[in-house]
Formats: sequence, structure tokens, C-alpha cells
Amino acid sequence: MNRLDQLLAIDADAEIARIGKVIRRQLAQHLRKRGAVVGLSGGIDSSVTAALCVEALGPGRVLLLLMPEGDAAASTESLALGQSFAEALGAHWVVEDISAPLAASGCYRRRDAAIRQFWPDYEPHWRFKILPSDPLAGDRLRSFRLIAEDGSGRARACRLSAADYQAIVAAMNFKQRTRKMLEYYHADRLNYAVAGTPNRLEYDQGFFVKNGDGAADFKPIAHLYKTQVYALAERLGIPRVIIDREPTTDTYSLPQGQDEFYFSLPLKQMDQCLCALDHGLSAAEVARATGLAPDVLERVFRDLTAKRRATRYGHMPPLLVEAVPSIAAGSTPGQGERHA
Amino acid sequence: MDYLSKDIRAFIEENFLFGGSAEDISDDGSLIAEGILDSAGVLELVAFLEGTYGIQVADSELLPTNLDSINRIAHYVVRKQACLQAARVA
Repeated sequence: MNRLDQLLAIDADAEIARIGKVIRRQLAQHLRKRGAVVGLSGGIDSSVTAALCVEALGPGRVLLLLMPEGDAAASTESLALGQSFAEALGAHWVVEDISAPLAASGCYRRRDAAIRQFWPDYEPHWRFKILPSDPLAGDRLRSFRLIAEDGSGRARACRLSAADYQAIVAAMNFKQRTRKMLEYYHADRLNYAVAGTPNRLEYDQGFFVKNGDGAADFKPIAHLYKTQVYALAERLGIPRVIIDREPTTDTYSLPQGQDEFYFSLPLKQMDQCLCALDHGLSAAEVARATGLAPDVLERVFRDLTAKRRATRYGHMPPLLVEAVPSIAAGSTPGQGERHA
Repeated sequence: MDYLSKDIRAFIEENFLFGGSAEDISDDGSLIAEGILDSAGVLELVAFLEGTYGIQVADSELLPTNLDSINRIAHYVVRKQACLQAARVA
């Protein structure tokens, strides 16, 4: 076993027990809540988080929320997988269709208006996605293309300006923020805490929307590399169909994997590279373990470092002109258990 | 060239530094390494260059060699404008 494999290896049973203990302590001592709300997407991260909460608290103290919407490519499949898994866990579950609140907040209208800046004949039934430039292709600086498939199946593409990119993303971020709003509605109703579902790669690299899926009261798998999440999934009995499913953004109407949208390599290699960066492994050692060429590795490390820097804003609490000591004192539990 | 550098410096000060001074940044200093130019900033800079100087920045030209310092940006704009001029004459 090479060094990277050793670092990523995990005693899944021990880790499940440890996380359970931490969740119980966090809820009882720091959050003072009576249970957990988990938004279930039908993907592996939210499924593992839900299973960990059920292990820690019992099915009677976990509410699972399924929040489909009519726009995303994988929404129907995600709902079906989520429902069947929620049933298997034995926890309470609720379906909240977010299409109507999204329409009311102007998510679709604002998005469509932004896209019509390029294609005045754009119709809402066209399928589209945003495609970032490949950070591993030479020294190119990051840019974004809008890719669409019109009513006749014809492909269209154009480069987005900063303003256009931001307009589309801001409209799409209503999805994550609407889901989080509903999670907190149910959490308030039940006096529960909201569980966040990011894995370490997402948490470190900023694959979340601030005050959307980035918001939570506790994040039980944010310290785990994706490889380790898979190891826990096996031990927790997550259905094979969920484990084997390709992680998607579940945001755009054209199918899109997370690696295409955000990460520059397949997730397994991305995970290895992040772990190597965290532990200061030499490029030669990583090249041997991953099979990636040294020049590719250099670009991956550069991309990881740049995204980590950009992620600081996502994790940053509101800034004050000066500290308010009465609030700062006593509000911070042990750092090991405090996840932004 | 000097007027271009001055314009670009003013754009950077106005848009990325909220009117703060970029005098610590030399004309050859890396804007990316200094943390001034991030991915959103690159796109804003491109919009500024296209809108102000009438050039089109191709995807293949989104490179640090063209955009990562005030001097590099100024040289890039001069080259692009020269190409445009040559195309018009032809």
C-alpha cells in the first residue's frame, strides 16, 4: 500500500462510532437541539450523513427532507432514490417540491432573462449548463461557457462575461438557498439542528453556496475525503445504486458531473491530490500513486490552492468593525467540533 | 503605452481596491500572485478591455502571459489593436 492509500485508509466502524458520539455531544451540549434535519438528495454524501444521524440519534429523531424541482436533469431520479432510502432508514421523511417557491422568487425568470442576453430566441424548455474551462489545459485563466441545446436538439455555446456568469449563477443559487430555508423551517418547527452534507473536498474547495448548502449547524462528514465517505457508505449499508451513482450538480437541465462543473479530475484522483497537498507529499510520490504526469500534478495543485483561497469568503462569518466580547465569549465549542 | 498602463492601473484601483492605491504594485508585478486578480476579476478585466479598447479577447488568449501584470496587459492591448488596424487596412 502506498503512502497516499495509507493516509486515505479508514477504520469505518471506528469512525462511524466516533462521529455518532460527536453528533450526540454537539446536539446535547453545544446546539441544545432534540434531533437532526437532513436534506436528502439521493447522492452519497447526504445519504451517508442521514445514515450517520440515524445511527447517532435513532430514526425517531431524524427528519429527512426530499426537495425536488422540475428543472434539474436528475431531479426525478434523485427523488425516487431518496424516497426509497428514507424508507429503508426508517426515519420520518417529507417531500417539499421547491418549484413553486423558486418560480415565486424569480429564479427561472431571472435566469431566462440572463440567457436571452445571448440568445433572444431562448425558451425555458431548452436544456443548458455552465461549463468552466479546463484548468489543466495549459496555463489558461478560468473562464466559463454557456452550453445549451435548443428545441431542435441543436447545440449552442458562448463565453460568459463576468456580469452574465454572475447573473445566471445568482439566479441558480436560489435553489440551494430555498432548500436550506425549508430545512430550517422544519428544524425550527421540531427544535432540531440542521446537518450539512459536504465532504472534505467540497468543504475545502468551496463547492457550496454561501448561506445555501454551505449553511448548517453541524457538518458530520466535512473532515472526510470522498474516498473515506465511500468506505463509510459500504459499512452503513447505503444502497449500491446510490454508491455507484455519478455525483452530479443536480442544478442544470443538461446533465453535468461534479468533476466537469467544478473539479478538474475524476473525484478519486481529486481526492488523492487534495490529501497529498494536505500532507505535503512530494510530487514524485503523488505521481506514482495517481498515475498523473508531473506537469498535470503541478496544475492540479495550483488549481486546488487557488480554489481554497477563493473559498475563504464562503466560510467567512460576517465581519465586525470590532469584536463584541459578550458574544465571542462562550460561544465557541471545541475547535475540533466547530465547523463553519 | 504609458497612457494604457495608467488607464489599466486606474481600472484596477477603482474596481479591485475600492479606490485604494495600487502604487505598491509595479508594472511588472503579478496581479494573480498578489491576490488582486481572481477568476471573477479576470472576467471583469476582459470586459473592461473589450469595452474600452474595442478588442475581442479570444479564449486562447486568456493567459497569464497576456493578463498577469499591468505591463503585460498594456502590451497585449497594443498587439491586439495593431492586428485590428492591419485587418482594416487589408
